[in-house]
Amino acid sequence: MKNVVILGAGTSGTMMANHLESTLPKKEWKITIVDQYKTHYYQPGFLFLPFDIYTTKQVKKKGAKFLPKGVNYIQEKIDLIVPENNKVLLADSRELPYDILIVATGTKTVPEEIEGMMSPKWYKNVFDFYTYEGAKALRDKFRTWEGGKLVVHITEMPIKCPVAPLEFAFLADSYFKNKGMRDKVDITFVTPLDGAFTKPRATEALHYLLEEKNIKEVTDFNIERVDYENNKIIDYAETEVEYDLLVTVPTNMGDPLLERSGLGDDLNYIPTDKATLQSIDHENIFAIGDATNLPASKAGSVAHFEAEILTENIVRYINGEELKEEFDGHANCFIETGGGKALLIDFNYTTEPVEGTFPFPGVGPLKLLKESRMNHMGKLAFRWIYWNMLLKGVPIPFVDAQMSEKGKQLEKVK
Amino acid sequence: MKKIIADREIDVNEEGYLVDFKQWDKEVCRSLAEEQGISMTERHWDVIEYLQDKYQKEEPLSIRGIKKSGVINIKEFYSLFPGGPLKKSTLIAGIPKPKSCI
Repeated sequence: MKNVVILGAGTSGTMMANHLESTLPKKEWKITIVDQYKTHYYQPGFLFLPFDIYTTKQVKKKGAKFLPKGVNYIQEKIDLIVPENNKVLLADSRELPYDILIVATGTKTVPEEIEGMMSPKWYKNVFDFYTYEGAKALRDKFRTWEGGKLVVHITEMPIKCPVAPLEFAFLADSYFKNKGMRDKVDITFVTPLDGAFTKPRATEALHYLLEEKNIKEVTDFNIERVDYENNKIIDYAETEVEYDLLVTVPTNMGDPLLERSGLGDDLNYIPTDKATLQSIDHENIFAIGDATNLPASKAGSVAHFEAEILTENIVRYINGEELKEEFDGHANCFIETGGGKALLIDFNYTTEPVEGTFPFPGVGPLKLLKESRMNHMGKLAFRWIYWNMLLKGVPIPFVDAQMSEKGKQLEKVK
Repeated sequence: MKKIIADREIDVNEEGYLVDFKQWDKEVCRSLAEEQGISMTERHWDVIEYLQDKYQKEEPLSIRGIKKSGVINIKEFYSLFPGGPLKKSTLIAGIPKPKSCI
């Protein structure tokens, strides 16, 4: 009996367990998945939780529910990966030998990386919304907040779901409008990049959103510290931005496990071949989702496309065949713009988001890079798709792992 | 689109960033720097080299990376490329600026 061990039962790990369970011969392969937590969170829902659009119940479920019966599930903290001996050590001293290892340990926010961010003001007037705890604490804060300067801030790239902070700012605009207190709230978007939108076509097509919603932009802001006593953030050029309520996206890093095991880069992400998903240093270690250092977006949709390709490559690896360089960085994301509308973007390593129709060329029904109610319905429907199809590895109809160029205005849009 | 840089036709995007790194050389670099009001010194070249190396390895560029690079500290980075050091230094290095997905 041979062993495939999956580390992490988040979006990627769960999908891989489902794919492999239905692909690998049961008599030859034992599949084990390890995660320290019992709860599986619907992370895209953290964006909606602060605004009382989703309830806590809608964003968390028991993780084991989504794993196939034939998979050995261990709920335990992982202590170390020892690639030289092909084994994983668990915190309870158990050892898991592997023939193939899949690292799906994701990414985490690390507010401690910035001086003054993790302070007595954390969850008082400084919040994140990338964790369940942060999103929930912020919801409670918003319910009674009387207004002031709301600063939505990105510490540094790369981050999970790079557009979520912008969506947050849009939803905040809607939320305070609905509460009849938008005039009491001043919204500023602070980014280390050179704009809230960073790609020329998206800037051209979408910059109006910021003006329309009266969201101010502070760009090229590389935070040095949070002055939590005086409620301001300060960057390396000594620029200061004052806040009454700071909603920040802290530094994102891979799991400390990868650092402990000597497998991570500067940010604890595992160096991975961007087309085959095999780790660079060890041929029997593969990586997927947010845990990799791929130059793709850290997002569930990317993990979903990766999972299909990784499954095929693992089968090829087992059969001694050459791996296929198939992953093209495909991502497909709904972006909330507030007021019951959303955008849809579809892109990969080499093509930036463009206008067009999706998934059927010329028909849609979804429109790319344009606001619509239909896109918003798509975003809300996605929660159901996530729990019922995506995690279980059921292919999403009409959407291939590799990006289609049909129905898209790949020429410059003027 | 095309732009004349250092007496040559170079392909650039809407924001003036080179789209083909192969067209970059030191002449082009000096000329791009001049347009930004920067005159290249030894220290500038060190940074450009570091950025190009990261780009070729497809590693993301960030201020943290600069801090850990051992090539330069952040204060000096700001003084060499004043006003948006990453977007200016990448433009001069002939590589794409750090981006998000839209």
